[in-house]
Amino acid sequence: MEWTFIDTWIVVTGALSAMACALPGCYLVLRRMSMMGDAISHTVLPGLAIAFLITGSRESLPMLIGATAVGVLTAYLVQGVHRLSGLDRGASMGVIFTAFFALGLILIRQAADHVDIDPGCVLYGAIELTPLEVNRIFGWEIPRAALTNGAMLLVNILFVLLFFKELRITAFDPPLANTLGINAETMHYALMTLVAATVVSAFESVGSILVIAMLIVPGAAAYLLTDRLWIMLVLSQVIAALCALLGHIGAITVPTWFGFRDTSTAGMMAVAAGLLFLTVFLLAPRYGLLSRFINQALLTLKITRDDILGFLYRYTELAPEDARPVTATDLVGAMRSKGWVQFALWDLRRRGWIRGSGAAIAPTPRGLSEGRGLIRSHRLWEAYLFHKLGINADAAHFPAHQLEHFTDEAMQSELARSAGHPRVDPHRRNIPEANEG
Amino acid sequence: MTGLRTWTAAAALALGLLMPPVSAEAAGSLAESALEWPTWAELLRVISLRDYNTRVVVIGTTLLGAAAGLVGTFLLLRKRALLSDTLSHATLPGIALAFMIMSAAGGEGKSLLGLIAGAAVFSVLGTLSVMAIRRWSRLKDDAALGISLSVFFGLGISLLGIATRMETGNAAGLSSFIYGKTASMLFFDALLITLAALGAALFCLAFFKEFGLICFDADYAATQGWPVGWLDLILMSLVVIVTVIGLQAVGLILVVALLIIPPSSARFWTRRLSVMLWLSGLFGALSGLLGSAVSALMANLPAGAVIVLVAAAFFVLSLFLGTDRGLVRITAERRRLAGRIARENLLRALFEMDEGLPDPKAGFPHPRSHDFETLLAERSWSSKRLRRILSKLISKGLIETRPGDRYRLTASGARAAAEVVRKHRLWEAYLITHADVATAQVDMGADKIEHVLEPEMIRELETLLPEYSNAGMPASPHRFDGPKGGL
Repeated sequence: MEWTFIDTWIVVTGALSAMACALPGCYLVLRRMSMMGDAISHTVLPGLAIAFLITGSRESLPMLIGATAVGVLTAYLVQGVHRLSGLDRGASMGVIFTAFFALGLILIRQAADHVDIDPGCVLYGAIELTPLEVNRIFGWEIPRAALTNGAMLLVNILFVLLFFKELRITAFDPPLANTLGINAETMHYALMTLVAATVVSAFESVGSILVIAMLIVPGAAAYLLTDRLWIMLVLSQVIAALCALLGHIGAITVPTWFGFRDTSTAGMMAVAAGLLFLTVFLLAPRYGLLSRFINQALLTLKITRDDILGFLYRYTELAPEDARPVTATDLVGAMRSKGWVQFALWDLRRRGWIRGSGAAIAPTPRGLSEGRGLIRSHRLWEAYLFHKLGINADAAHFPAHQLEHFTDEAMQSELARSAGHPRVDPHRRNIPEANEG
Repeated sequence: MTGLRTWTAAAALALGLLMPPVSAEAAGSLAESALEWPTWAELLRVISLRDYNTRVVVIGTTLLGAAAGLVGTFLLLRKRALLSDTLSHATLPGIALAFMIMSAAGGEGKSLLGLIAGAAVFSVLGTLSVMAIRRWSRLKDDAALGISLSVFFGLGISLLGIATRMETGNAAGLSSFIYGKTASMLFFDALLITLAALGAALFCLAFFKEFGLICFDADYAATQGWPVGWLDLILMSLVVIVTVIGLQAVGLILVVALLIIPPSSARFWTRRLSVMLWLSGLFGALSGLLGSAVSALMANLPAGAVIVLVAAAFFVLSLFLGTDRGLVRITAERRRLAGRIARENLLRALFEMDEGLPDPKAGFPHPRSHDFETLLAERSWSSKRLRRILSKLISKGLIETRPGDRYRLTASGARAAAEVVRKHRLWEAYLITHADVATAQVDMGADKIEHVLEPEMIRELETLLPEYSNAGMPASPHRFDGPKGGL
């Protein structure tokens, strides 16, 4: 891998545009309007064409203003059609952005003789070429795209800092915002204007479609990592910058593994964003797939463990002195799942709550007392459901069987108190006393 | 200046798309620099489909439009219109990968069937990833769609970047899948489209009831034992088929338009699913037909874009003129209702001002005349509006003019007014006795509902309020009669 200052500038430009997109993107994700970013970024094309055809120049500022105006118009039209005609918002977006996009294609084809807007360039961006066009500032040569995107990032940061409270309230509870005197509609269109301006300024470097990746993915990934808005915003910035770095490294290294030279940096930035999102999706500490899976597994393990201890306690309680010991097969038969029972038996032995294995399993005193607590919960619940809620004795078993796993000692004594300290459950079995200590 | 003129021409074109031959003549002088308008001979050639090439393209796009319109109806009603956007963007890596694999294997890199197969596989992957994100994370629909769309498309761009740098094969034409290349449609493509369109129409007919059920109430369908998951799968497969077939013709961004715009237009005309389905197919077919014909007539107009603009023109037309939910009709209905409400309000105001001097014959108060200023002060309406309401009531014979800009209820006017007042007071009485609303607050509620109370509702109110049932006029709860009343 050869790394030159050009690569550094590509990464810096990419990171600045990605970070600029990610900030308003967080609010789009929170407002469940991510696809509005998609719609607006598609309408950049006709916006640029119209701006060019009206002003006749390829100056940056008129183009920026024109395309932003068309972006905001898109937001207005989507909202207008949605509200006036009752067409659902997704469909109304689909109608408007495709029509605009088609118009843009035609306009560009018509203007092709006068202007070098290449539809391909609008889509993929030309980030690889941005370091070639530089502006001189304080004697430093800085790529123009880096300046534009840096400026946009600053504007976005300022907007978010200034209107942090307003943006937060309108994102989570527009009616509340209205009652607090914050006009939710105004904030909506302010945000849409910001999105449109950001999309337009970033389209040159990452391309209009890939802008969507930068608008949505960092925000969405950050959303899975935290519940606090400002942490989400900061995280989205970090993720966006990482996307740019990893994307460019990927673009110049991954193809070489297969014998090719390189590929589109913008495309690989989106892929990097996708991979980062996938990582977060799987591994996020609280909302990740893996942690959900582990929590689920731990819960299943605990319940199986409880059920085994309960089984052993009941067996010790009812079986005559010389009864044969409990076998693993008995437990599997009672509990349906073989794998979980084996796992739970291993875990119980490790904890020292049971003794023996296979053909002879017996609880240790500690295990017996755990089982006793569980059966106490179960029978107290049955008694409570029977006496206080009037549920008949047979029907009370199943809810009690579920609730027993989530009942601690405080709740046990509360149950005992409200059921009138019963000594037996509705099936005339003894309710064991609470453990001492 | 030329820029402006081109823009004007394009706008004129966009507006005039519905009747291309006529507007072509009219707009011809506007745009000599930008568009070459066809001669009558060329027009005739296209219309009569004399060229083999035009014939294939026009038939192909028409059928594609019809198929997309049919399938799109269910997609729209299932509220998944934007899923087609994600799905079509997700085809790009499939196309690039299929090309790379086929070229590397030494075959013809651009075999259409291979590319379509790749596209289909990845559009399914895209759909699955949307479902996975929705199912297993706390992100909602929109984010799931946006993430899959952009990441798959980015992957596609990257793979395309590699494919264009390959020595074997010629990847130059691959990007035409993004924008479409209708004019290069071959007989084989048209045949594929025909088959797909027939298949789509057959499935829509065969599963008409089932699709309708999952569109309108999927939960109910599930409780009735319908295999909602499988039906969804069939529907989504149809969408995938139409999308990948349409890629070649209009490109992956605009094929979305064919799936969304025609059904969106159709729903302004009807509430019946079957009518909407056929109308949507018709709109789609007409868009394909007119769009490809126009682009065949004029050089330099990409067919895909023109087709979408024709569809959009149908949408705008339907949005305003649709006979069921069109804005013109809805506005007219609202105005009619507003007019009726204003008239009833005026009648009630006159009646209540007359009260106190009951006419022994009819049980109605004796009508007196009131001057314009008094009426104007009754409610917050402008004098212009009040004049309009008055003249309407006079023409209906419910009010008569008296000298000096004064107005009086006629006998039939008094009857009509009594009916409104009775509704108003029955509702007030109901709110006071049954809904426990304070007397001072019932007027507002009754003021709104008096205009929409149906006769059955009145009867229901009378049974709930037996003391008011024998047709007499209930007294207003806001009036204190004589010294007996009061606080």
